[in-house]
Amino acid sequence: MKKIFRNNMLKFLKINLLIFLVTLFNFSNAKASGGEGKEFNIGEMITHHISDSHEWHFFDGATLYLPVILYSSDRGIEVFSSANFYGDHHEVVDYNGYKYEHGHIVPLESSRSILDFSITKNVATLFLTAILMVLVFTAVARGYKKNANTGPRGIQSFFEPIIVFVRDEIVKPNIGPKYEKFTPYMLTLFFFIWFGNILGLLPGAANLTGNTAVTIVLALLTFILVNVNGNKAYWGHIFNTPGVPWWLKLPIPIMPVVELIGIFTKPFSLLLRLFVAITAGHIVLLSLIGLTFLFHSWAVGIGSALVVTVINFIEILVATIQAYVFTMFSSLYIGMAVADHHDDH
Amino acid sequence: MLFSILLDAAIGLMGSAIGAGLVAIGAGLGIGKIGSSAMEAMARQPEAAGKVQTAMLIIAALIEVVALFGVVVCFLIATA
Repeated sequence: MKKIFRNNMLKFLKINLLIFLVTLFNFSNAKASGGEGKEFNIGEMITHHISDSHEWHFFDGATLYLPVILYSSDRGIEVFSSANFYGDHHEVVDYNGYKYEHGHIVPLESSRSILDFSITKNVATLFLTAILMVLVFTAVARGYKKNANTGPRGIQSFFEPIIVFVRDEIVKPNIGPKYEKFTPYMLTLFFFIWFGNILGLLPGAANLTGNTAVTIVLALLTFILVNVNGNKAYWGHIFNTPGVPWWLKLPIPIMPVVELIGIFTKPFSLLLRLFVAITAGHIVLLSLIGLTFLFHSWAVGIGSALVVTVINFIEILVATIQAYVFTMFSSLYIGMAVADHHDDH
Repeated sequence: MLFSILLDAAIGLMGSAIGAGLVAIGAGLGIGKIGSSAMEAMARQPEAAGKVQTAMLIIAALIEVVALFGVVVCFLIATA
């Protein structure tokens, strides 16, 4: 008993140390983006870290220049490296008629308009997450084929309880008897958000799930699933709400309008919640790290490193809870659309 | 002219700081209320403590997001 406790304690301390080191690494990152000689601007540093960009800056000296893919009606498709936007002394320069400002590529002639399909930091992270998920889950699926009659092994035993949790605690109770059709999508959703959140906490990583474009697409998928699968009772509930006085529907359709707005507010709340939770988590972490550079003091550095270690733990919790909440609300909305209503409230 | 712009920026910063404080009050009240109710529920029914705790954490996370809305808005005002 005592030994188990000591072992667990040791493990906990090891994890703690690891996260502490991650924090220290973050410090060097923050310092790098602050730049030397310039006045340290904490707002600029944070904005730089939470927004998308065309190059992947791991730490000073290790920058991955990602490809830029542009489409314009007069020049067609253009592909070049984003390194072209940097001169010999790492200053931003114009290239081939394009200007690079605040992470966006704009044409120098204001009359031209371009479509930017570039592999940015977020897109690269999206690919990375997808590859990681394919690798992990094909391994898990292969495990089920190989040890069909034995217990789970290796990576399989880590993911089995989570998969069962998502199926039995999130999807089944919220969607109801027709849950089987939606379980694969919900599992993908859960693990995509979870992987994205956790990967975003690593030093030098992109803020994938804290990007409105990503969360808008996720919410849009839920929106489509809800409205495509909505049955007669669901639409009846919207256009002819049962249990409401007739004068709320007939001359002026107040209830249908409110219900129609409700269709759109549901996915909107989903996209905003995930975006805000992840982005604000990053802002809090980075502001605490930035305090050290504002005060120019090692004492503040030690203090903020300790606090950031604690916040990092909370962020791991938040990463999981946000994935849970997004999946739960998605299945709740789908459950409301596919359930056989016979209510008279 | 310049003075009035400076004044406006200062007012904006002050507003964002006050906003952050108000958000903290709201979130504190909310999480405190959940905590007190959860404690009460756990004391009344210790065998349901696990379930109560999970539900408490999830609701606390939902309230935390509301507080984080405040953080994001205040950050945007402060850096704009």
